[in-house]
Amino acid sequence: MPDLSQVFDVLVVGGGNAALCAAITARKLGANVVVAEHAPKSLRGGNSRHTRNLRALHPGPTDVLTDSYLEEEYWDDLLRVTKGKTDEHLARTCIRASQHAPGFLRECGVVFQPSLSGTLSLSRTNAFFLGGGKALVNALYRTAERLGVLILYDTEVQHLEVEDGFFKEAIVSYRGFPHRIRAKSVVASAGGFQANRAWMREYWGDAADNFQIRGTPYAQGTVLKDMLAGGVQQVGDPTQFHAVCNDARSPMEDGGLAMRLDCTPFSIVVNKNVERFYDEGEDTWPKRYAIWGRLIAQQPDQRAFAITDSKAVMNYLPSVFPPMRANSIRELAGMFGLDADKLEKVVADYNAAVQPGTFNGQELDGCRTQGLEPPKSNWARKIDTPPFIGHPMMPGITFTFLGVKVSDKARVMMADGKPAANIFASGEIMAGNILGQGYLAGFGMTIGTVFGRLAGEEAAKNVRN
Amino acid sequence: MSATESEATQEARRYLEVCNACRYCEGYCAVFPAMTLRREFSTGDMQHLANLCHGCKGCYHSCQYAPPHAFGINLPSSFATIRNESYEQYAWPPAFGAVFQRNGTVVSLVAALGIALALILTAIIQDPGVLYGAHTGPGAFYKVIPWWLMTALAGGSLGFAVLAMTIGAVRYWRGTGSKPGPVLAPAAEATVDILTLRNLGGGGHGCNDTDEGFSTHRRWSHQALMYGFLLCFASTSVATIYDHFLHLEAPYAFLSIPVQLGTWGGALMLLGVIGLTWVKIVTDPVPVAKHLAGGEFALLALLFLVAATGLLLLAIRHTGAMGVLLAIHLGLVLALFITLPYSKMVHGLYRGLALYRSAREKRTMKASSAD
Repeated sequence: MPDLSQVFDVLVVGGGNAALCAAITARKLGANVVVAEHAPKSLRGGNSRHTRNLRALHPGPTDVLTDSYLEEEYWDDLLRVTKGKTDEHLARTCIRASQHAPGFLRECGVVFQPSLSGTLSLSRTNAFFLGGGKALVNALYRTAERLGVLILYDTEVQHLEVEDGFFKEAIVSYRGFPHRIRAKSVVASAGGFQANRAWMREYWGDAADNFQIRGTPYAQGTVLKDMLAGGVQQVGDPTQFHAVCNDARSPMEDGGLAMRLDCTPFSIVVNKNVERFYDEGEDTWPKRYAIWGRLIAQQPDQRAFAITDSKAVMNYLPSVFPPMRANSIRELAGMFGLDADKLEKVVADYNAAVQPGTFNGQELDGCRTQGLEPPKSNWARKIDTPPFIGHPMMPGITFTFLGVKVSDKARVMMADGKPAANIFASGEIMAGNILGQGYLAGFGMTIGTVFGRLAGEEAAKNVRN
Repeated sequence: MSATESEATQEARRYLEVCNACRYCEGYCAVFPAMTLRREFSTGDMQHLANLCHGCKGCYHSCQYAPPHAFGINLPSSFATIRNESYEQYAWPPAFGAVFQRNGTVVSLVAALGIALALILTAIIQDPGVLYGAHTGPGAFYKVIPWWLMTALAGGSLGFAVLAMTIGAVRYWRGTGSKPGPVLAPAAEATVDILTLRNLGGGGHGCNDTDEGFSTHRRWSHQALMYGFLLCFASTSVATIYDHFLHLEAPYAFLSIPVQLGTWGGALMLLGVIGLTWVKIVTDPVPVAKHLAGGEFALLALLFLVAATGLLLLAIRHTGAMGVLLAIHLGLVLALFITLPYSKMVHGLYRGLALYRSAREKRTMKASSAD
């Protein structure tokens, strides 16, 4: 039993990448650090367990990143996906610091690898963790423990006692027993609230019951809600989240990346009323995969169905659950419980609208439809070669955008506009400062690493003052 | 998915369907690049991938779907079970395959019987005075155990082992459904893979030998054992040449080539066995096949005893204890030769073929992927 009666220098709430980066940084600066991770050891790491890479600025090729990726391009990419809903100063701070994120993680024992297949062609902009996010999490925990950080698993932080922007103590449940943890500074890295269905229902009603939670079931938003109620300034649209299209048969929680379906650009996608609702071939999949979750979330019953044929099967990554296969569109409609006449007509109309062209699955090939609404702008081929293939889809939510406002030093801002005395935040709990909407692959881990380091540094400094 | 497939095969296929959509482990070893060449996995494919797996456990410790996740993915354990089932299935004569079900017992019994047989034969053939007497100079060993007997037992058992393993290799190659392709380049690549044990490098920093941290204990220990074993084999081969062609009879001087090869080889074997045994004892027990530990420990013990008695023989060969110890040593060697095709020693054969096939497929098949 660890001594929880002591006054720690820094309490880190959460156990993912952002939390561990903060804990390690603070410990390296001499602070006495305790990490409170809600999950048991085997499921530690929050959503970081399911990640694979981070996006890093680099002026030239490195051993794991090709070519170069400079601030202006990075900023442009961010501006495009967020449609301007970002904080330029915080964003540029994060982008500049991202150059040093892979080096920091490497010092913590994280191993990077050149990107291989199935990675959405991100080898120029994103550094990949060998073995993925769980290997990263393992390395960070080993480093933290070696440095002398106290790790508490199965420890849910239920309430932060804050008075006039000053954190005093945390009320926690440690392995089911109530405790208080006192610390001179606190870093909140406890993630979003996407796994809290009751909270999601406040904005989405019954539809929230049909959202698959891709990541950790521990993202309950308890600390986020507590901080917002305790006078911390809110940032981000509470109704917004990052979501992708998942296989409808995935587990409702913790299914991770492998549940994602990549078939959209090579299919047509209809909702349960057998209507197409968006251009499946609008842009390359790495630039579009993040919008489809939300598109499906807005369809009746949050359901969609990708329809394609045997020609396309090898163009996209295999799905975990085998697709439906049928010798006719009618039979496929029956498998999905869709109106067969209507589906046959949708496919026939689409086939009639497909223009001749040379298919190329690797790039925007201009194979498009003519006179179809909505159009399919690329990779449009006739669906005519049995067996016909169908993938059932549901939205899979990665994280929510609601968060706490922070400064460029990761210091939490109070609702009255004043900075908190000793409260810092990193990771998804503050990602909404930079990501007002949309998403850039690997940017969540970048925010977590950069602001985790900042939060750890500032929290440790705060103790000394 | 035939009905006769083992539970482990069906379970591992379910794992691979998740793995093939995830692919986080591609940097670890040859299994995952080989997996991405496929969308469907036949029974033979599963055996091929299982034998390609070196049991490094990297994929388990980095798996976001490892237990207690509902998917419960644990490839190293299932693959170890499938490997053992393939040893059983492709053993020759087929009736002998059953020894892989109780391999620890079988290997231990054969070792005990080997020692007993050697001692009994020696006692029957030789006068007790010879067995317990001190012998020195050329031909000293053959005074205890006649040359003809030593050659007949060693040559006969090794010859049979080579025959059984060759037929086993052919049965495996056909049974797992290998397709034609280039020969030389894949063979060269597989040889380098074996000599360097590249797949226990974990992509450069080592493997999860005991827990989620990385080390190269297992790689170094295995190579010490393998090269030690080869040195000992070279020692015996050189000694045979000395005896047959140069008419120089054993025992040889300490600084002679056979004794030097044997001494260093024996020492390496001991180091290797100790290292591998230690890793096996302290390793995280989840990503291994616990029911196979008996056979693995029995083989390690046999290899340890072969090396230890060989070295001890060198130390006391001028004394009256030499006779009995020589009989024990040769009994153990005999047991090792007999169990070559029927113990975990066969893993080298099938692993080599799997590496060869993998190197070949890299050149003839294309990965399925969206990008």
